[in-house]
Amino acid sequence: MTDTTLHRSLPDRLDNPLKSAVLSWESLLVLVAVAIFILNSFASPYFLNAWSLSDLTFNFTEKALIALAMALLIISGEIDLSVAAIIALASTMMGLALQYGADTPTLVAVGIGVGILCGAFNGFLVTGLKLPSIVVTIGTMSLFRGIAFIILGDQSFKGYPPSFSWFGQGYVWWVISFELVLFLVCALIYWVLLHRTVFGRRIFAIGNNDVAAQFSGVRVDRIKFILFCLTGLMSGIAAVLLTARLGSTRPSIAEGFELEAITMVVLGGVSILGGAGSILGVVLAALIVGLVTFGLGLLNVPGIVMTIFTGSLLIVVIALPILFRMWRQRA
Amino acid sequence: MTDPILTLSGISKSFPGVRALHDVSLELYAGEVTALIGENGAGKSTLVKTLTGIYQPDAGEIRVGGQLVTLPTAHSASALGITAIHQETVLFDEMTVAENIYLGHAPRNRFGMIDWRKMRAEAQETLDSMAAGIDAGIQLKELGIAKKHLVAVARALSIDAQVVIMDEPTAALSQKEIEELYVLIELLKQDGKAILFISHKFDEIYRIADRFTVFRDGEQVGKGFIKDTSQSQIVQLMVGRAVDHIFPERVAVIGQAVLEAKGLSHPTEFEDISFSVRKGEILGFYGLVGAGRSEVMQAVFGLTQTSAGTLTLDGQVIAPKSPADAVDAGIVYVPEERGKQGVITGEPIFKNVSLPSLGKTSKSGFLRMAEEFALARTYTERLDLRASSLSQDVSTLSGGNQQKVVIAKWLATLPKVIILDEPTKGIDIGSKAAVHGFMAELVAQGLSVIMVSSELPEILGMSDRIVVMREGRVIDTLDNKGLRPETLVRLAAGIAEEQAA
Repeated sequence: MTDTTLHRSLPDRLDNPLKSAVLSWESLLVLVAVAIFILNSFASPYFLNAWSLSDLTFNFTEKALIALAMALLIISGEIDLSVAAIIALASTMMGLALQYGADTPTLVAVGIGVGILCGAFNGFLVTGLKLPSIVVTIGTMSLFRGIAFIILGDQSFKGYPPSFSWFGQGYVWWVISFELVLFLVCALIYWVLLHRTVFGRRIFAIGNNDVAAQFSGVRVDRIKFILFCLTGLMSGIAAVLLTARLGSTRPSIAEGFELEAITMVVLGGVSILGGAGSILGVVLAALIVGLVTFGLGLLNVPGIVMTIFTGSLLIVVIALPILFRMWRQRA
Repeated sequence: MTDPILTLSGISKSFPGVRALHDVSLELYAGEVTALIGENGAGKSTLVKTLTGIYQPDAGEIRVGGQLVTLPTAHSASALGITAIHQETVLFDEMTVAENIYLGHAPRNRFGMIDWRKMRAEAQETLDSMAAGIDAGIQLKELGIAKKHLVAVARALSIDAQVVIMDEPTAALSQKEIEELYVLIELLKQDGKAILFISHKFDEIYRIADRFTVFRDGEQVGKGFIKDTSQSQIVQLMVGRAVDHIFPERVAVIGQAVLEAKGLSHPTEFEDISFSVRKGEILGFYGLVGAGRSEVMQAVFGLTQTSAGTLTLDGQVIAPKSPADAVDAGIVYVPEERGKQGVITGEPIFKNVSLPSLGKTSKSGFLRMAEEFALARTYTERLDLRASSLSQDVSTLSGGNQQKVVIAKWLATLPKVIILDEPTKGIDIGSKAAVHGFMAELVAQGLSVIMVSSELPEILGMSDRIVVMREGRVIDTLDNKGLRPETLVRLAAGIAEEQAA
């Protein structure tokens, strides 16, 4: 027998990691962000100013905080459309607690607690009752905000203490706001969680094939439940920041936040079908959305036009990969 | 003798790594039922798909009424009068019965629009001629599976089909419904249709078929008239193959019982299942498709919950509530549906292999890539995986190599019991031998292997003992010593001994 079984060692990878980093979606986002930054500085004389740029960050940090958790949820193949409604309910409950004389730590605890409970409720409906998340969260979107409307009617809660307002209006150092610092810290935590831990690896596995993941001993339902709770937690944190920044609670608070958060996630390169994405992409996308809306604001473009912009952007970024694939198949 | 309506000759069809059909021929005659018989994987469904225009043969010719034809699409097949009734009937629940019968060839009025009234009337007429007792105006979803079959037959009649293929039509029917189907088949015969009847059940074949054709490993190995042939002759044709695959020598020393099941029951799938697998033993599970073997294994693996019975592992009673529990206990499962349940396509090899072992390769929840690559390399190389790198997407691997990834994934968890469900289904001969060789190696190292297989040579070539299941029950547990394949087929199909002698 001259048959020799060639035992060659399998290499870890063949493609150059540096080369794939350069050609990645994230590097494209960096280019886009730089281009919009330059455009903005030409378009408005007020843009290139430390305080303007500081204001810019308030424009996106609350939504971006939600986008971090939403990214994990979408990678796992689920979605939460109720995040803005969670903010409304959490903010309303904080206002209610304020009426009973709650101090700042209690207010924060109420906001975050309500957020987690709402997320857990979504998670239970999806994983416990096996309902599709898109339907569940459309339902809870109306439910949560409906409760806020019942409690508040056409009233509003005001008179939050200054120590509470600091969360939404305060600065850590010079022009660096508390909101921005909190976002950067959270972004780092989520980056580690998604890309450097066992938990993150399992999220990707679930998003790519939840059946095979379950067959591989991954506790799929438990992880999805945790992700809904995390999204609720981030919505609760966003509720604290937004309420503190606005200084009041109305039932219509944070309307449309879910669309902008999802736009950031999808623009950041997270596959809407699940299984792929990165936190770096989401952070860059959040910056781009913030730059564009702030730029348009400086040019006195009305809010309704910005909504049109966000909607169009969402459709374009979802369509782009599909168009790209069609184009490549023809070529 | 009349000429056949449909003739296939020299048909071959291959898929990457699999030779599904090789130089097969088949003739179907007007007014006669031809039974197509063969084990799972013999090529029956590939043949049906070739006949209905879903697959294109690599070689060979198809003649309808003597004319050479090609069937590039499903529509071209039905235009030539070939129609199929499947196990799971392909009809539309939300449409009316009449629409289902006339979909694609509805009668039209002079404006070229569908003539609804005429369609409804003609559909009703066809149904009444079959004594179906179905109102053509109701939605299909209101009918049970048996009535849906009747609608499919009415459709076959309405398109004036010459050839009707019935792919295990009785699989989901009750005995009474099966009797009704026989009456219909007689009706189709009198109408001059040629019928291809695919079934695992010998009593049905002997009841309804005139002729038979036997397939084995993608080749036609025999044909003839049912009335001149005994069941045992057909069984012989199905299983009596040349030794084309040598199974590995086994030197395993069989020890104590490792996993024991006592009286496992499930509300719908199986009842009172007891078995035990010992250290260093390969326990084979044989039975027909639908006998409940996979369902038992999935319950042992924690995917479904049992309603009664106990499971004992190394003397400890266990009750896995999820696959994660089973894996923790040391039981792992290589599923039959490799692409859907086995590998995670879209992820690289090393992530597939490390997924259940992340607890071992990580440190306080943080990934350690070097450990992961090392683990993946160790186990994929033991299985002689053919890939360019460990970062290659598993979807780009052949079926056999994907199976090696799934097995590597489980070996890395250092299990006590490994359950393999149809481990070599649809993979090439080379990978088959590798998987078999590896199974022998595993038991030699003291693992216990449970192998569910519908392939007789594999069951007989690999198992120490064989559990035969039929209709959700254990029929017998046999020592694999001088066991004849005919015995297994008889037990699995429920054919009495004296009949087949």
